[in-house]
Amino acid sequence: MSAVLSEGPDVDSGARPVAPVTTTSRPQAAADAIAAVRRARRSPRRRTRLVVAGLSVALVLVFAARTMLGDFTITLPDFFRILGGTEIPGATYILMESKAPRAVLGVLVGLAFGIGGAIFQSSLRNPLASPDIIGVSIGASAAAVFAIVTLDQRGVAVAVAAVVGALGTSALVRWQAGSVGGNRLVLIGVGLSAAMLSVIQYLFTRADEWDAQVVLHWLTGSLNRVDWPTIRVLSALLLVLLPVLVLLARSTRVTELGEDTAAGLGVGPRRSDALLVVAVLLVALGVAAAGPVAFVSFLAGPIARALNGGRTTLLGAGLVGAVIVVGADHLAAYLVPDVNYPVGVVTGAFGAPFLLWLLATGRTSRRS
Amino acid sequence: MQALPDTDAAASRLAAHQVSLGYGERPVVHQLTLQVPDHRISVIVGANACGKSTLLRGLARLLRPSSGSVLLDGQSIASLPSRQVARTLGLLPQNPVAPEGVTVVDLVGRGRHPHQSALQRWSREDEQAVAEALELTDALDLADRPVDELSGGQRQRVWIAMALAQQTDLLLLDEPTTYLDVAHQVEVLDLLADLNRQRGTTIVMVLHDLNLAARYADHLVAMCEGHIVAAGTPAEVITEECMGEVFGMDCRVVDDPVTGTPMVLPISRHHPARPTPEVSR
Repeated sequence: MSAVLSEGPDVDSGARPVAPVTTTSRPQAAADAIAAVRRARRSPRRRTRLVVAGLSVALVLVFAARTMLGDFTITLPDFFRILGGTEIPGATYILMESKAPRAVLGVLVGLAFGIGGAIFQSSLRNPLASPDIIGVSIGASAAAVFAIVTLDQRGVAVAVAAVVGALGTSALVRWQAGSVGGNRLVLIGVGLSAAMLSVIQYLFTRADEWDAQVVLHWLTGSLNRVDWPTIRVLSALLLVLLPVLVLLARSTRVTELGEDTAAGLGVGPRRSDALLVVAVLLVALGVAAAGPVAFVSFLAGPIARALNGGRTTLLGAGLVGAVIVVGADHLAAYLVPDVNYPVGVVTGAFGAPFLLWLLATGRTSRRS
Repeated sequence: MQALPDTDAAASRLAAHQVSLGYGERPVVHQLTLQVPDHRISVIVGANACGKSTLLRGLARLLRPSSGSVLLDGQSIASLPSRQVARTLGLLPQNPVAPEGVTVVDLVGRGRHPHQSALQRWSREDEQAVAEALELTDALDLADRPVDELSGGQRQRVWIAMALAQQTDLLLLDEPTTYLDVAHQVEVLDLLADLNRQRGTTIVMVLHDLNLAARYADHLVAMCEGHIVAAGTPAEVITEECMGEVFGMDCRVVDDPVTGTPMVLPISRHHPARPTPEVSR
């Protein structure tokens, strides 16, 4: 390229006057142009940093509220003392066995759902094409329930089943709808979602024993049945995905320009598929740990985008997801005294009106 | 059309050799051979659904040929790494969609993607390339504006700036003037001609307007039903017989009073030709 740039066309085009390259002949103008580019790049980048910083602070605050407030208050000094290993009768048990694991799982699951959802929405260029609406989460859940109820599996095997279920459902949606993220894909996904829901319900009716909490866990998502081993497995698996995500996330900037433009910029359909697979894995792992927490994937991306001046930010979406899950779990636990709702009930209650608003204002598919 | 000399890639870095393209079972382009002359503006014209956009997509590697091959620098384009192709050959699709809220400088910066890596994300060269692209397209003043707020003409300039920031020796454009009024069409085509003259960028574009095609093309390719009917200079290709064959339409071809290039005047049922054409070539 540079050879052509500096020497001009090396053709014998006698008829054609070769004008000088403007930018090299006017160094001052070129410097001004670079300064203008720098200026223009600064403010959106600053805003993104601000959004990420603000959301991080918000996450710390909801995390603190979730772990220290509620029906049993733990003071800040006590909180750190317990983390440091001091035994405080009552408080230690409540923090370490109930509040802290729920909050930590909420953060992990929220990050996974938020980032996974934002990848779907931006790659398919449709906010409705989020994994919890097009059946990916429910597909993962159905496979997990199948593994538990029919195959009598626990632990990692359930996570594997969820991953298989999520991949299977996405492949089915993709196969039926093609690669375009239009409303056809959304409708097919909604249909599949309903089918998967009925699979879960059928499996539970066939099960020997089941209680309402377990059913709700796999239908709307819940942090109620958490333990540290689950958290350890989930964080290990998420850590494995992280480098792949970082490596591939760069291409979302290009894939959201559409398939043709992306291909022209060297990002073929295979690479964007790889990114979608990572998103499916994120969602599946979240589902395996906490069930298909309703509408988190769907809400996180658009909220983060609205904060970020309309631009996609995966990290922002992950943080929004974490704030939503931890905050909603706090509400679910303490909004009604003595009733411990699953977190999905609260996120569902907030997500449904948002979905209606999105449909009513016609923001479902961006100009295409 | 000449036969493709496989060894001589110097005069034509991009070429299609006996290439057939289609979507699924439906073939659109049949065994087509084409050489894109380097450092020239090539324009593809033809009736709707004649396969010109499909050919462009094939040349840009968006479509895999069912037979034959597209050669870039003498190698089958399908076998080259995507990044390498994206550094050599840029593409502006017909109706590109900017993501919501994206600013001009951000969008143009995305054209640098093939030059960046996971570790090297934004360099001085990127900055320089974006500044240059914005300057060439006269879009520097728009740098911090959101793309959704721009007018159609401005938006098209910004998309071209993105393709320029990619700094490729070859640039393919699918109807870069659609939805633009005539003044903006000329503006965009002038910009592309500048690019070709100043940097020697090889340009291939699909255009609908025959008269503008005749003005801007060094090499004109007329297609019909997936085949090339004629290729050469506008004067060679735009003849009454050839246009009749390509568009199934009677017409007069006269000299464009402004440029002297051929100009097509369609003859329609309601406007039959006058008995003694004074301006006929």
